[in-house]
Amino acid sequence: MKASALTVFLVMGISVLMVVLNLGTAASSPVHVSTFMVSLAGKYLSYAILALSVDLVWGFVGILTLGHAAFFALGGYAMGMYLMRQIGARGVYANPILPDFMVFLNYKELPWFWYGFNWFGFAMLMAVVVPAILAAVFGYLAFRSRVTGVYLSIITQALTYALLLAFFRNDMGFGGNNGLTDFKELLGFSLSAETTRCGLLVVTAIALSLLYLLARAVTRSRFGKVMIAVRDAESRTRFIGYRPEQYKLVVWVLSAVMAAIGGALYVPQVGIINPGEFAPANSIEAVIWVAVGGRGTLAGPILGAVLVNFGKTILTGALPEVWLFALGALFIVVTLFLPRGLLGLMPVREKGDPPLPADPPTPAESAAKEAVS
Amino acid sequence: MGARPGAQPLDPRRGRLPPSSLLKGVGVLVALFMMCVSARAEPDLSQFASTSFSQIQQGVGSLAASGDPRAGDILAALQAGRLLVGTDKQIYIKTDTGTVSAATGQPTEAPGARPLRVNNNVRVAVDTALGIVRLLSTDPAQRAAAAEAVFHSRDTSAIAVLDKAIAQETVPGIKRTMQEARAASLLGTDGSSDADRLASIAILSNRGDMESRSFMSSIPNPSPPVAAAAGKAIDSIDLWQKVWTVVQGAFYGVSLGSVLLLAAAGLAITFGVMGVINMAHGEMVMLGAYTTFVVQEAIRNYAPGLFGASLFIAVPMAFLVSGVVGVAIERCLIRFLYGRPLETLLATWGLSLVLQQAVRSIFGADNRNVGSPAWMSGAEQVGGVLITNNRLAIIIFAVLVLAALMAVLRYTSLGLRMRAVTQNRRMAAAMGIRTPWVDAMTFGLGSGIAGMAGVALSQIDNVSPNLGQGYIIDSFMVVVFGGVGNLWGTALGALVLGVVNKFLEPIAGAVLGKIVVLVLLIAFIQRRPRGMFPLKGRAVEA
Repeated sequence: MKASALTVFLVMGISVLMVVLNLGTAASSPVHVSTFMVSLAGKYLSYAILALSVDLVWGFVGILTLGHAAFFALGGYAMGMYLMRQIGARGVYANPILPDFMVFLNYKELPWFWYGFNWFGFAMLMAVVVPAILAAVFGYLAFRSRVTGVYLSIITQALTYALLLAFFRNDMGFGGNNGLTDFKELLGFSLSAETTRCGLLVVTAIALSLLYLLARAVTRSRFGKVMIAVRDAESRTRFIGYRPEQYKLVVWVLSAVMAAIGGALYVPQVGIINPGEFAPANSIEAVIWVAVGGRGTLAGPILGAVLVNFGKTILTGALPEVWLFALGALFIVVTLFLPRGLLGLMPVREKGDPPLPADPPTPAESAAKEAVS
Repeated sequence: MGARPGAQPLDPRRGRLPPSSLLKGVGVLVALFMMCVSARAEPDLSQFASTSFSQIQQGVGSLAASGDPRAGDILAALQAGRLLVGTDKQIYIKTDTGTVSAATGQPTEAPGARPLRVNNNVRVAVDTALGIVRLLSTDPAQRAAAAEAVFHSRDTSAIAVLDKAIAQETVPGIKRTMQEARAASLLGTDGSSDADRLASIAILSNRGDMESRSFMSSIPNPSPPVAAAAGKAIDSIDLWQKVWTVVQGAFYGVSLGSVLLLAAAGLAITFGVMGVINMAHGEMVMLGAYTTFVVQEAIRNYAPGLFGASLFIAVPMAFLVSGVVGVAIERCLIRFLYGRPLETLLATWGLSLVLQQAVRSIFGADNRNVGSPAWMSGAEQVGGVLITNNRLAIIIFAVLVLAALMAVLRYTSLGLRMRAVTQNRRMAAAMGIRTPWVDAMTFGLGSGIAGMAGVALSQIDNVSPNLGQGYIIDSFMVVVFGGVGNLWGTALGALVLGVVNKFLEPIAGAVLGKIVVLVLLIAFIQRRPRGMFPLKGRAVEA
C-alpha cells in the first residue's frame, strides 16, 4: 500500500471507527467511545490541518512561520460569527439580530462587517477569503522585499501579536477577550447532539484527507519541484530565471487558506473562539507538531499534531505542572536529536516524493566542526 | 525708592515698574510699619477669653493679622484643643509637662483652666489663620507650603501678611510663590485696582499652570484692559500647556524607550553580534527580576537596614545568575545549533517554556512582591512636567548599562575577541582566539545584561513567571528596527519606538497605538529588511 493511501486510510478509518463505536454501542459497552472523545479527535484533526499548512510553507518552501495560528483563528472567527448569528433570539438578552455581547456593550445596530454572516455559504467564503487576502498582502510585501529567514519569522510573529491585541479590544466588535461562544446550532443541527459531533469529526477527517491529497499533488508537481528549489537554494533558483517570490506567495496564500479551513472546523467542535487563539505561543506550538512528525513529509505533521495534542490532553489532565516541561523538552530534543522527526526514522517514502530538507549536522558533527573552525 | 522687590510685577517685556506700583509700595510699607509696632507688645488675647464664638473668631483673625511671633503656637494649640482659659480670663497652653502662658510662653500655673470651646466657624478661621501665620514661620518648608496653600485658597485676608512675608523672605523660590499667592488673592478681590490686577496677571502668567489660568478667567468685573491682558495671558498659558504636554509625552516616551533598551540590549549582543535567536531571552530578564526578589527577601530577613541598597546588591547578583545560566545554555544547547537559526529559535523557545515552568514550580504562579527603596519613590515637578523618580532611575540605569556594554566591547580583551569573532570567525580562530570560549562568554554577557534589565523591570512590572514573554517580541522589534549588530542602532531604535508609542497612545489609545506601531514596524522591515543602520561589508553575507 502506498504511504499516501495509508495516511488517508488511517485518518478516515480511525475517524469512522470512532463514530461507529460512539453511535453504535451502548454507553456501558467496553468498546464505547464517548462523545467527548469524538470531539477531542475532531479537535486534533483540525490541529492536523493547521500543522499540514505550516509544513507546506516550512517543509517545502523554507519559510518558518511563527504566525500561522492567525489564519487559523481568522477562519475560526468567521465560523464563530456565523454560529453567533444562528443563536438569534435564543441568547440571554433575546435580541434577534445582535449577539449577546453586543447588547451587553450597548451596540445599537449590527456592525457592517457582521452583515451576511447569517448565511452559511457567505460565512464560509469569508472564512477563506479574509485570511487569503491578509496572507496575500503580507506575503506580497514580505517576499517582494526579500525578507527571509528569522526576520520573516519575527514579523509573522508580530503579525499574529498585533491581531491578538486587536481582537482583545471590545471596540473591534468581535466580543473582546471573551470571544464568541454559547453556540447553539450549525446548519440547523444542534451542536450538543452526538450525531452532529460525529458528523463534524467525519467532515474534518474528509477535509484533512482532501487537503492532504491537494498538498501532495502540489508538492509532487512541476510547481512543487520549484518550491523545493526555492527552499534549498533560493538565490540559485532566482538566477536560473524563476521568480521565487511568486512561488512563495502562491504557497503562502494556499497555506493560509488551509489553516483557515482548519480553524473553521475547529470552532464548532470546541464551542468557543477567543483572541487567545492568536497568541504567538500557539503558532510556535504548531511548528513543533510539524517538527515532531517530520518536516517536509506530509503525513508527518498529521501524526505530530495528533500525538503532541494527545500528550497535552493527558498531561494537562494528570500532571498540569509537567506539561510545559514536557513541551519545552520536546522542542529541545527534537531539534537536537530528531531533526527529521518521527517519520524521518522510518523509510515510508514513495517514488516521486520531493526530497527532504537537507540533513542538518548532528550535535557531534557540529561540535567537531566548531572545534575545527 | 519705596518699592520693595516683592511688589514688582515680573514683566520681562517691559523691564520697568508700572507707575502704580510705587504708590502701592509706599502704602504697603506704612501698613508694615504699623504691624511691626503692634508686634512689640504681647499679643492681645482678650477676645479668646470670651464665651462668644464670633468673638473668638475675630480674635483668631486679628491674632493672625498681627504677625505676632507667638501666633503660630497659640493657633496650633487651639487647633489641637490644648488652648485653655483660666478662671482669671488668662489664656494658657497645655503642654506635655504642664501649662505655659499663651502670651509669653513662660511656664505658669493655671488654676481651674478649662479648654477653649470652638465651633466649626472657629475651626475654619483657625485653619486659615494658621496658613497665614505659617507664612512667617522660620521653617522654609512651612513657609513654602503656606504660600502654596494661600495661592490655592485665594484668601483675601492674607494679603497684608503676605506683604510682610514677601518683604522678609530671602529664599527666591518661596518669595516667588508668595508673590503668586498675593497676585491670586488680589485678582480674586472685587475692589482691587486695575493696576494691581494687571501686575497680578503678569505674575500669574509667568506661573503658567492651569490654576492660574482659571483664576484669570474668573476675575470679578474686569475692566476692558484687564480682560484683554487676562485673555492674552490665558492664550500664552494654553500654548505653554501644549508645549509641556509634548515634553511630558517625550519623557514618557524616553522612559518607555529606556525600558525597551534595557530589555533589548542583551539581545543586541546575542542576536546582533552572535546571530543567535534566543527566544529564552525574556526568561533571562525574568530570572533577573526573581533574583531581585530573592535578594530583597534575604535582606528583609537578615539585614533590614540594607533595604535601601537592595537594588545595588541585586544588579550584580542578577548579572551573575542570568549570565551563568546563559553560559550553561550556550554550552549545552546553542553551540550544537550554530548556523541553523530556525532550529535555534525552536530549541530556545522550548527552553523558555522549561524555565518559565521551573520558576513557576519554585516560586509559585502568583506575582511576587518586589519593593522599591525609598529613594525611588516620589516625583519631581520640573516646569509643567512630572518626573517620577523610578522612571528617571531606569533611564539613568539604561544609559549606564549601554555605556558599560560599549566600554566592554571597545576596551576589554573580551570585547576585542568578540568583535574579531563576529567579523571573521575563521580568521580569528587562526589567530589563536578560542572561538568556543568567546561564544560562551558573549552569550553569558548578553544574558547577564538581560538579568540586569530584570532588576529594573521588577520596579515597574509584575514579577511573575510570564514577565519575560511580554518583552520578547518588543525586544526583537527593537533590535531588528535598529539594525542587527549595532548597539547605537538598538539604542536609537528603542527610543524611537518608545516615543512613537507614547505619542500614539493619546491619539489612538494604548492598545491600538501598539498595534499601529507593530504594523508600522512590519512595513518598515519590508522597506529596509536590515534595519535603520544595516551592517555594511562582508559580514552581511555571513
